[in-house]
Amino acid sequence: MTEAASRTFAIFVEDKPGVLNRVASLFRRRSFNIHSLNVSTTHEPGVSRMTVVCEADGDTAKRIEANLYKLVNVLWVDDITHAPTVERALALIKVRVGRDARAEVLRVCEVFGARPVDLSLETMTVEMTGPEDHIQSLVDVLRPFEILEMVQTGAVAMTRGSVERAQSHPTIPARRTHAA
Amino acid sequence: MNQPNTELPNRVGEPLQGAQILWEALVREGVDVVFGYPGGAIMPAYDAMIQYPIHHVLTRHEQGASHMADGYARASGKVGVCVSTSGPGATNMVTGIATAMLDSVPMVCITGQVPSALIGTDAFQETDITGVTLPITKHNYLVTRAEQIADTIREAFYVARSGRPGPVVVDITKDAQQQRCTFEWSDAPIELPGYRPDYTPLDSQMDEAVRLINEAKRPVLFCGHGVSEAGATEVLTALVEKAQIPVACTLLGLGAFPASHPKNLGMMGMHGESWVNAAIQKADLLIAVGMRFDDRVTGNLKTYAPTAKKIHVELDPAEIHKNVHVDVPIVGDARDVLEQLLPRVEPREHAEWLAHIDALKGDSAVRDIKDLPDLGKLYAAHVIHDLYRLTKGEAIIVTDVGQHQMWEAQYYKHDLPRKLITSGGLGTMGFALPAAIGARFAKRDDAVWVIVGDGGFQMTACELATCVQEGIKLNIALINNGFLGMVRQWQEFFFGGRYVATPLHSPDFVKLADAHGIKGLRVTQRAEVEAAVREAEATPGTVLIDFRVEQEDSVYPMVPAGADLHDMIQRPYTPPAAPGTTDHNPIFETGEDDR
Ligand SMILES: Cc1ncc(C[n+]2csc(CCOP(=O)(O)OP(=O)(O)O)c2C)c(N)n1
Ligand SMILES: [Mg+2]
Repeated sequence: MTEAASRTFAIFVEDKPGVLNRVASLFRRRSFNIHSLNVSTTHEPGVSRMTVVCEADGDTAKRIEANLYKLVNVLWVDDITHAPTVERALALIKVRVGRDARAEVLRVCEVFGARPVDLSLETMTVEMTGPEDHIQSLVDVLRPFEILEMVQTGAVAMTRGSVERAQSHPTIPARRTHAA
Repeated sequence: MNQPNTELPNRVGEPLQGAQILWEALVREGVDVVFGYPGGAIMPAYDAMIQYPIHHVLTRHEQGASHMADGYARASGKVGVCVSTSGPGATNMVTGIATAMLDSVPMVCITGQVPSALIGTDAFQETDITGVTLPITKHNYLVTRAEQIADTIREAFYVARSGRPGPVVVDITKDAQQQRCTFEWSDAPIELPGYRPDYTPLDSQMDEAVRLINEAKRPVLFCGHGVSEAGATEVLTALVEKAQIPVACTLLGLGAFPASHPKNLGMMGMHGESWVNAAIQKADLLIAVGMRFDDRVTGNLKTYAPTAKKIHVELDPAEIHKNVHVDVPIVGDARDVLEQLLPRVEPREHAEWLAHIDALKGDSAVRDIKDLPDLGKLYAAHVIHDLYRLTKGEAIIVTDVGQHQMWEAQYYKHDLPRKLITSGGLGTMGFALPAAIGARFAKRDDAVWVIVGDGGFQMTACELATCVQEGIKLNIALINNGFLGMVRQWQEFFFGGRYVATPLHSPDFVKLADAHGIKGLRVTQRAEVEAAVREAEATPGTVLIDFRVEQEDSVYPMVPAGADLHDMIQRPYTPPAAPGTTDHNPIFETGEDDR
């Protein structure tokens, strides 16, 4: 058994009503703790993709995967925790900034690769896309300026390179069963 | 698989009502009996039912309908079907669905739903039953159009029975039942993109399992429910005989390996035999087949089988490493896996190990009450042991939940699978009578005995009227101890003997039988047991026997919840008391030292 650590799953599901509910209900009833969850459509009709980040040790991660497969509408589960990935979240952060502090906040944004997307006499809204820990660092630096509100998506993740891995899931052939 | 009905006129291609399509599909899935209760949202389906060769059993409560479908499925190995209306009808089935889910029973539950236009409006008798049953079904469906019905029913049966079986709910709106569409039916194998119930064991794991089995000095094989589900009894027996491996059964595994087989040690776990648990704690290898290391069989996980390597043969990958971390997980069908192992496992004697386990039996066997002399007292264990003897162990026994259930497991020896029907995972009181009605429809020629407590019986006693309306024959052994006995026992052991809310006042059960027009008998002495059982057997209709057993007897041995498996509470042995004194344990009131 390995230590509990942050795990990232890419979960491909049928795009049908109630599927998000089924996945979320599974995590809840098995006491698997979700850190973040993102759902979106994909380039393939009828297939949605979820990115779930949660805490789990090695055995639990395998059980999460196995339990997800028990859901009839789940097509493919990829535990990409240890694969090289690009992982991104998006945050919008509204900071109280008067004229005097504007330049400083803009400099901070530049350092983090964030960009201002809205400006008023008293506020600036900053958009940041990046790994979640980078966003957290930006938040820490902006905090002294007084953050008025913020919103952040869950992480979305994709493995790097490898045509093979990318092709392993999109068209999931239903396997014929002996049980029928 | 259920047998398709061949007499049905072929109406494929004809415009049919959704309600008709529902029955067309069910009949094509081999259904000839359903258990249900009508109401507004399912009325179109009921109205169409009479056109089809389906026998409908009208229950007295929808919980009964769900347990009947469950009992039918467990006795037959086919998919059981129950039907109810929306809202309260559907929610009444929830207990039965959860029961089937935890024991992996294939079941399809058809519920009516309010018309699709009214969904989400809190319409009369609207309950989001797919939402409610999401965590307690293998899968569920909401059907809002007639064209979806045929495929959905086909899919539901396939999902319910394939892989690790389970209950499936199909919720059909009233308008979908009323619409007409062209009836289409396909016999092609079902392919669901996200459902892969078949698993092939990995070679590396099989190799490792073979190595461990051949090297083991102190192996124990666990026989669980998966063995009977997979039809693996024969191959398991062959393997056990070849390698001389002793077998321990789970509650739902009883009968999947013959109780009378010399290698069968008996049941493991909380109320298992003490030598079985002791053997597990000493073993160097556990080969767990079709079971899931439930907390009722492991006790304290930290001290569980500390010296044993563990091989886990299981169809459901989600069970691997769930409660117990195993050394060799083998995901696959129990029969397939055992068939592959059999030729590779080497013959062994294990004489020392078997002798060691035999020696463990010594003391505990003396404490067994079933062979003790009759002193005019009636013990539940006596009743069940006598019932076992008198029915030659051949009856289908359907138990409820409580002390009587554990005594059944200990004293009624099952040599065949599908002969013990009991709610193991959920432990649902009220299960026995309705489940037995279901079993009766699955196995019309077997003797069916219900073993039920005075508490659980009263939870679903209304189904006695169902027995009468259906004119069926069941024998009901009501183990009447005047208590919610199992809870009373825990109060005695763990709650300072405070009997809070466990003494039970009951109606006169013989009169209750009489009021239903069935025969009721009362037994208060062991000497009367045989005559009553014989009379019940000889009576054509359902018979209820009110066995007035000792009120404060307890089930021994016992592993307290969460305690170490080897740390069992044994039946207290009190030496025979001097004549004339009353301070003694009545069970051992033998008058002579029978040790
Ligand atoms: C529906 C339900 N409610 C409560 C329980 C808890 N419970 C387990 S055994 C038991 C007592 C059963 O009493 P009885 O039916 O008289 O059987 P006995 O133990 O006396 O043989 C109870 C209340 C349960 N298992 N199921
Ligand atoms: Mg009782």
